[in-house]
Amino acid sequence: MQMRDEAGSVLDKFRQGDVDAFETLFRTHQRAVFGWVLRIVREPGAAEDVTIEAFWRIHRAHARFDPERGFEPWARRIATHAALDWLRRKKPESSVPAQMWENLPAPHASDAAVAAEIRQKTVSAFGRLPAKLRVAALLAVVEERPHKEVAEALGITVAAVKLRVFRALRLLRKDLNRMGITP
Amino acid sequence: MTLLLKSAIPRMDDDADLPRDLWPAMLRRMDEETSRGAASVPWFDWALAGGLVAFAAIVPRTIPVILYYL
Repeated sequence: MQMRDEAGSVLDKFRQGDVDAFETLFRTHQRAVFGWVLRIVREPGAAEDVTIEAFWRIHRAHARFDPERGFEPWARRIATHAALDWLRRKKPESSVPAQMWENLPAPHASDAAVAAEIRQKTVSAFGRLPAKLRVAALLAVVEERPHKEVAEALGITVAAVKLRVFRALRLLRKDLNRMGITP
Repeated sequence: MTLLLKSAIPRMDDDADLPRDLWPAMLRRMDEETSRGAASVPWFDWALAGGLVAFAAIVPRTIPVILYYL
């Protein structure tokens, strides 16, 4: 009960622009926000920058924060938009560096069957998708996050998430077909 | 298609660790933004100043009036 009161007090103070309360929230949530951003930008260095950008936006928007709705979903939404902006600023060809994917943790066993060239082309084609479709597909398909969670993070409806994923996969299929790959 | 995408792009580790505390970097960012905000003059202020100078150059008689209102 006392802990809940303290958390509520920190949120209230943050809403009033208190920097100490902001620091408390930053230290509590930086790891979660970084983890979420990393799922989208997929580069640890960039994820750090985007996390700081997201918290800067959070700090600026403190007066618009509604303590009733919770800090984490709000922070995640702001972080998702900061990550989207980062993806949009990056050139399509360089947005998904193939080397980077290969450095990530080992994929599932079934992946062994997938030829390296097909993987490479899929990664390149995925990197050429519009950023908002890419984020929806990354979170919903690759990261297997629930559609509701993705919808909340993007500030859209579940139906819109499904539509974005559908469009992303359709565009990806079309691009791969053009390169002679029939998934 | 979904399987191909999942094969090509592996999931991120669920417990991806934050390599360092980002608070010092956050503080630097806040300081930079604060000093930048204080130093920068909005474009419309420059436009207003430019307009006043132009107006004073075209109609020099208004200079005392402008100075009076400054």
